[in-house]
Amino acid sequence: MDKVRQVSVFSENKPGRIEKITKIFSQEGINILAISITSTNGFGIIKLLVDKCDLAYEKLKENGFSVNLSEVLAIEMKDSPGGLYEVTHILSENGVNIENAYVYVAESRAKAYLLVEVKDIDNAKGKLSGTNLSFLNMIKG
Amino acid sequence: MSKSDSGISNLFWQQQEETVERPFLEACQLHYLRQTLRRVYDNVPFYRERFDKAGLVPDDIRNLRDLQKLPFTTNNDLRETYPRGLVAVPGDEIMRLHTSSGTTGKPKAIFFSRQDIDNSANLIARALTMTGTGRGDIVQNMMTYGLFTGALIMHYGAEKVGALVIPAGPGNTDRQIALMQDFGTTAIHLTPSYALYVAGVLHERGVDIGKDLNLRRAYMGAEPYTEETRRKIEYSLGVDVFNCYGLTEMNGPGVAFECAYKNGLHLWEDYFLLEIINPETGEVVPDGEKGEMVLTTLRREAMPLIRYRTRDITMVIPEPCACGRTHRRISRMLGRSDDMFIARGVNIFPQQIEQVLMSVKGVAQNYQIVLESLDDITVRVEISKDLFDGNIDHLISLRKEITDKIRAAIIVKPAVELLEPGALPISEGKAKRVIDNRTM
Repeated sequence: MDKVRQVSVFSENKPGRIEKITKIFSQEGINILAISITSTNGFGIIKLLVDKCDLAYEKLKENGFSVNLSEVLAIEMKDSPGGLYEVTHILSENGVNIENAYVYVAESRAKAYLLVEVKDIDNAKGKLSGTNLSFLNMIKG
Repeated sequence: MSKSDSGISNLFWQQQEETVERPFLEACQLHYLRQTLRRVYDNVPFYRERFDKAGLVPDDIRNLRDLQKLPFTTNNDLRETYPRGLVAVPGDEIMRLHTSSGTTGKPKAIFFSRQDIDNSANLIARALTMTGTGRGDIVQNMMTYGLFTGALIMHYGAEKVGALVIPAGPGNTDRQIALMQDFGTTAIHLTPSYALYVAGVLHERGVDIGKDLNLRRAYMGAEPYTEETRRKIEYSLGVDVFNCYGLTEMNGPGVAFECAYKNGLHLWEDYFLLEIINPETGEVVPDGEKGEMVLTTLRREAMPLIRYRTRDITMVIPEPCACGRTHRRISRMLGRSDDMFIARGVNIFPQQIEQVLMSVKGVAQNYQIVLESLDDITVRVEISKDLFDGNIDHLISLRKEITDKIRAAIIVKPAVELLEPGALPISEGKAKRVIDNRTM
């Protein structure tokens, strides 16, 4: 499947929640590649890029979490000054709005990926197809 | 001794009625009870059926104890006979409608005849007189005027004793303070939570209660509060606080009232027949034992109620009171035998909140109501496992939707907490929905 998907988990804003999630991952041998946390008054959403997203989804659900799997754009960028600027410049030129974003730095440290959530992913892909952005197409589990 | 104690404990609005000897009082009760029973038997099909089912006619009730042969009237009966099912007089004799919130959707409708309004005002007049309020006093009535009985019945009673009444209603605290200052208010009628708030504002504004204000008494009801809260309010407002008890089904305020001794509330037994029952078995318990208060109206014309279960837990204080009144005292309310609670003076049933939650997509069935003060309700609700889409904006609008809908249903705006599925305990049998952490 040619998609990069993130796992979103609803969490109350209190100690021990991420601990519980990561414990499940560690037991199941799931590796976290990138993580982002958004919180508001009282609760938050933890977004994770993992190597085995279907397994992560299943296991979290089994353990009673509210979980969602959704596709994100994983846009390659240079892991050096100006890298993020280049990418976001192209996004804005093409009218793609970022709802949420975080970064995954690949092991080699030669590349990094900007993980971007957008409202309408197919529309965004269409707008960006003619640009010289490169995308990560899948995460090897 | 409080400052209004000296010399006023011998003040009576109706000395003869208030100090009547018990045997004579009980004879009067029986007379009015039999009259009431005949009236409902003849005019209210609901009660006639009750008699028929029990195989009784009104004349079978020969003494006060015989009343125990009749079944209770409940909250639910009021709902099922809504709107006019319990009215015992021709429609054109009804002069007033008040309502009270019910467990679900429908309110409870209570009707008053001209005489009923006058009688309830009379009981307030007794209460005001025995606590020192009368002609020359300035009563600022800070309860809500409207369908709620609290303000209007007090208003009529205060006028009856000849006080100047300021129908201020609640809220707009700066204006309340200006009224107190400009007109020399001597007595206020309000909820304890609002009294605490007013005290805070007075302090913030630097008002010197001794010099700038002329307050002497505060009549507080509609919400439960402790002795500590009373003392706090007495100290911060420079007043004597008198506890009043009432419920819309029984005219509103003035069913029972504290005298100058502030040690239990005299229940006006020539207007209400008092029973305390074991809420589980329905058996009447002896004086001094805790139980649910059951009241029968003895003189109500428009809508008599027979053995109405108030759901309020209290007990009779058996010893005679030093003030000389023979009407027995009940203790301050010790709790409820159902799950109703009061916040900001509003009666709230968990079921009202439950109905709202059931109408909202994205939340699970389990919920909890947490009360930390008389003003704040927190509703904790689990989000649904299946409708979660990972979008925080959707959760924020979900929370807003729940907040707005609950507010529309119960008037009070809650704080809403969204929880993970399974975060709330699943209790065996009846879930404990209300966690009351209030110390009031």
